[in-house]
Amino acid sequence: MTVASGAVQLHHIVKQFSTDGPIVLDDVSLSVKPGEFVSLVGASGCGKSTLLNILAGLETATSGTVELSGSPTLMFQEAALMPWLTAGKNIELALELRGIPRKERKDKAQELLDLVHLERSYDQRPHELSGGMRQRVAIARALAQGRSVLLMDEPFAALDAITRDFLHEELTRIWQETGITIIFVTHNVREAVRLSERVLLMSSRPGRFIKEWNVGSNEPWRSDSTFSSYVSELASEITDNLRKEIVRHAN
Amino acid sequence: MPTESANPGVSAGNDLDLKSLEAGLDALETPTLHKFSVKKYLFSLLSPLIAIGAVILIWQIIIWLQWQPDYIIPSPSQVWAALGQQAEHQILWQSTFNSIRRAAQGFLIALVIATPIGVALGLNKTLRAIFGPLLTGLQQLPSVAWVPAAIIWFGLSDATIYTVVLLGAVPSIAIGLMNGIDQIPSIILRAGHVLGAKGFTRVRAIILPAAWPGYLAGLEQGWAFSWRSLMAAELIAVSPALGPGLGQMLDNGRSLGDMALVLGSIFMILFVGVLIERLIFAPLRRRTLLNRGLLR
Repeated sequence: MTVASGAVQLHHIVKQFSTDGPIVLDDVSLSVKPGEFVSLVGASGCGKSTLLNILAGLETATSGTVELSGSPTLMFQEAALMPWLTAGKNIELALELRGIPRKERKDKAQELLDLVHLERSYDQRPHELSGGMRQRVAIARALAQGRSVLLMDEPFAALDAITRDFLHEELTRIWQETGITIIFVTHNVREAVRLSERVLLMSSRPGRFIKEWNVGSNEPWRSDSTFSSYVSELASEITDNLRKEIVRHAN
Repeated sequence: MPTESANPGVSAGNDLDLKSLEAGLDALETPTLHKFSVKKYLFSLLSPLIAIGAVILIWQIIIWLQWQPDYIIPSPSQVWAALGQQAEHQILWQSTFNSIRRAAQGFLIALVIATPIGVALGLNKTLRAIFGPLLTGLQQLPSVAWVPAAIIWFGLSDATIYTVVLLGAVPSIAIGLMNGIDQIPSIILRAGHVLGAKGFTRVRAIILPAAWPGYLAGLEQGWAFSWRSLMAAELIAVSPALGPGLGQMLDNGRSLGDMALVLGSIFMILFVGVLIERLIFAPLRRRTLLNRGLLR
């Protein structure tokens, strides 16, 4: 089933890994508009990564339907770059698999490296880059696929605080420049509030959406000095809800 | 806009601050790298000569002690002379060249046969369960055991020699590739899936390069098995129709009771093995480790 480019529709998704196993996702429905930035937060076991894998086609839902225009791209906690290729060639691989002619690839790869501020890293290999740089190459590679939906599975969880901070700004900028739809999974509530327009809280075992917050999307508001205090307030409100959900499992 | 989102123009100046901050952080966090050193390279290339020198010295001391007559243990100079005599009649060069050519051709054919086998068994659990044990068994069977059968089937011909070489090399290369595929981190396979790599493209662009370290180990062992299988085959299948080879030269020495020629032939076989390892496999291995940041 297809929807408008960049839109994502999930209808009543249920996921069980085995017929007598626990229900991981229970009747999950979600509607994401083209170009929207949505974050999914929740404690361990809420099935948020499973949900992304279903969206990415790495797993299939037990029941329910997924509506997407074309396949989305997915970023992991690790950059997952091919260790035998340079940064530039990693991006070229994505372009090649997308069907871009050979002679256009190098320029496009360089443009994408420029976009993530790694213009001089074309010939560097993954092990020669820092964790933050690798993750930026991974963003460039994801963009190289030319997909309209980007799924991100805790992409900054393994980075140090300073680097993560930069990557937040970087991702916001790239999202605004490209107009790509982003579904972002994290257990860092502050990160979710800071980055996205909408935050969805998931319950654990089984995973369901239990509450939703609108952060608001207009750009001037984001660069406003009051934004960071707003982020803190909203983040603590969501954290309270998250803690209630965790406490529920104590008994 | 989203569909054409892959290549927006270079960003405007308002993020210049972020850009320079990032550049600073990148510079601070980039790991320092191995620098190529000519001195180290020359040392790694020439260091085996130290061992060779030591062996020749001990050998010469044994000769000076006159412990055994020279038809049992000839001196280094006698062996050198025996090789020189073969060289004079061009037999040494013809034999060496012929043997290397046969081993290389056999190895390349083995490579072509073993690669699809390794990929198929590496990716398909069912095929692996059916054919895996057979392949492991073949790898452990000394391929010289096939010489009598090959002679009965093909007579004293090149086909006999290639059969033995292939049966020696194919299992090693296929198993090496299979192990290489087993060791691919699952995150690489998932990334390949997300990138949309399928079928043959997946094998070419993801599976083979990702499995390369194990594949290379298999190739190295496959070459070693080619070379030793070839020597066994040449030693047993001696015929003027086959032309000279190092194995035949060795057998020739044995039948003449010429110990200097026997030892000289053994050294030539050894020398070719070391040469191929140093000139082809060692640089390939080094490059592989260097490219993947695995060199210590």
